[in-house]
Amino acid sequence: MKIDVAELLDRMSVELQKNITAEARENTVFVGVHTGGVWIAQHLHNRLANPFPVGELNIAFYRDDFSRIGLHPTVEPSKLPFDVNNRHLILVDDILYTGRTVRAAMNEIFDYGRPSSITLVALVERGGRELPIKADIVGTRLNLAASEHVKLFGPDHLRLELCEAKT
Amino acid sequence: MNQLDEQERLKHFLTIEGLSRALLTEVLDTAERFSPVGERAVKNVPLLRGKTVVNLFFEPSTRTRTTFELAAKRLSADIINLNIAASATTKGESLTDTLRTLEAMQCDMFVVRHQNSGAAAFIAKKVAPHISVINAGDGRYQHPTQAMLDMFTIRRVKQNFNDLIVAIVGDITHSRVARSEIQALSTLGVAEIRVVGPKTLIPDKIEALGAQVFNDIETGIAGADVVIMLRLQQERMNSPLLPSAQEYFQSYGLTEQRLKLADKNAIVMHPGPINRGIEIDSAVADGPQSVILNQVVHGIAVRMAVMSLVIGAHAAGTN
Repeated sequence: MKIDVAELLDRMSVELQKNITAEARENTVFVGVHTGGVWIAQHLHNRLANPFPVGELNIAFYRDDFSRIGLHPTVEPSKLPFDVNNRHLILVDDILYTGRTVRAAMNEIFDYGRPSSITLVALVERGGRELPIKADIVGTRLNLAASEHVKLFGPDHLRLELCEAKT
Repeated sequence: MNQLDEQERLKHFLTIEGLSRALLTEVLDTAERFSPVGERAVKNVPLLRGKTVVNLFFEPSTRTRTTFELAAKRLSADIINLNIAASATTKGESLTDTLRTLEAMQCDMFVVRHQNSGAAAFIAKKVAPHISVINAGDGRYQHPTQAMLDMFTIRRVKQNFNDLIVAIVGDITHSRVARSEIQALSTLGVAEIRVVGPKTLIPDKIEALGAQVFNDIETGIAGADVVIMLRLQQERMNSPLLPSAQEYFQSYGLTEQRLKLADKNAIVMHPGPINRGIEIDSAVADGPQSVILNQVVHGIAVRMAVMSLVIGAHAAGTN
């Protein structure tokens, strides 16, 4: 699959720039969902010269499948090194699929405080939504079958790869 | 009683004995992830929502019970505190009947504190297969979550275990904390474990666990990176094993003077509650090298980690 991730990021940052109102600008923070979302958030954050550090969410404690598969082995804890209250939050994920990750991420964000708004940004929207959650800004839309799997590799030289899902 | 499932995951947490370095490290890493939760506006995560935990305490405890309670609440579990000494058993209900009753109430986890060694393992053998048991201290045998929160505290300050000299000072014979700690320290690969105390309070064959014995505190803590002071139990103070509490402080109490013999960056730990002026001087307990209160804070994250690992293993096992 040939998708130029850098080109997508350029387009997304232009769109995001338009999306953020002038008055909201100094109150906007970026939050990425581990791990691919953090990479994308970092790139957009740099392109938009945002003054705050990028927040990182690890939603392992908020997943809705704990009672089926147990704790996910991940290393990094969540880090939101700013006050979430009254901020315009740009929530970034790499692949938007069922919407369950975003739901978990939003639940976690509200345990830190009450943001003024959340804008959802995804590099890829792949189809297969199970919850009423849609991204505001999307890099590219792919129509994938359930057996297909798209994955972002990085953090250097971000690239998307398509493969058959493991069964 | 096997505390691991077929995939080598913890389904109970009964003892440090026999656990691999990888598993102990997984507990510490998981606790590290839970640690920042305690600093947020909302201090709980929904991980164990809908689960019921029973604190089954046959022996009084404030600190351990409270931190388990707080850990369960921060995981959004429901928790019931049962003080058995003052409850069913005084009415003549057998332990097995008490367990059956609690199982019928759809509990998911028992946190057990008991005065008899092996009690937690016994209960783990008796309970229904969907229930996890965590040992919160049994007799002289084990106190595995205390050992893990101490390892967590040591790793937080010292980064790794490889080059450390750790001295454990006090009543080693009657201490479940010491036993669990020695096993954890040795599995995690510290350079040197020392046990320090009077001959009457050091068990035979402790060397077999990998510890060196010192009967003199000055040589025992010399150059140590970590000094763990143990509580001298009230009943020991008036026993023939010891001359008197005052004399114990003279010979084994940790004073500022003595602490100077340890490494200059040494940390001082104590599982609590502290007997000031008996095993440790107030100036040391409240001093800059003391991490005693950090231990309490870390106890919550470590217990959250252990609880979610054992319940998680059960959840995954049913699939």
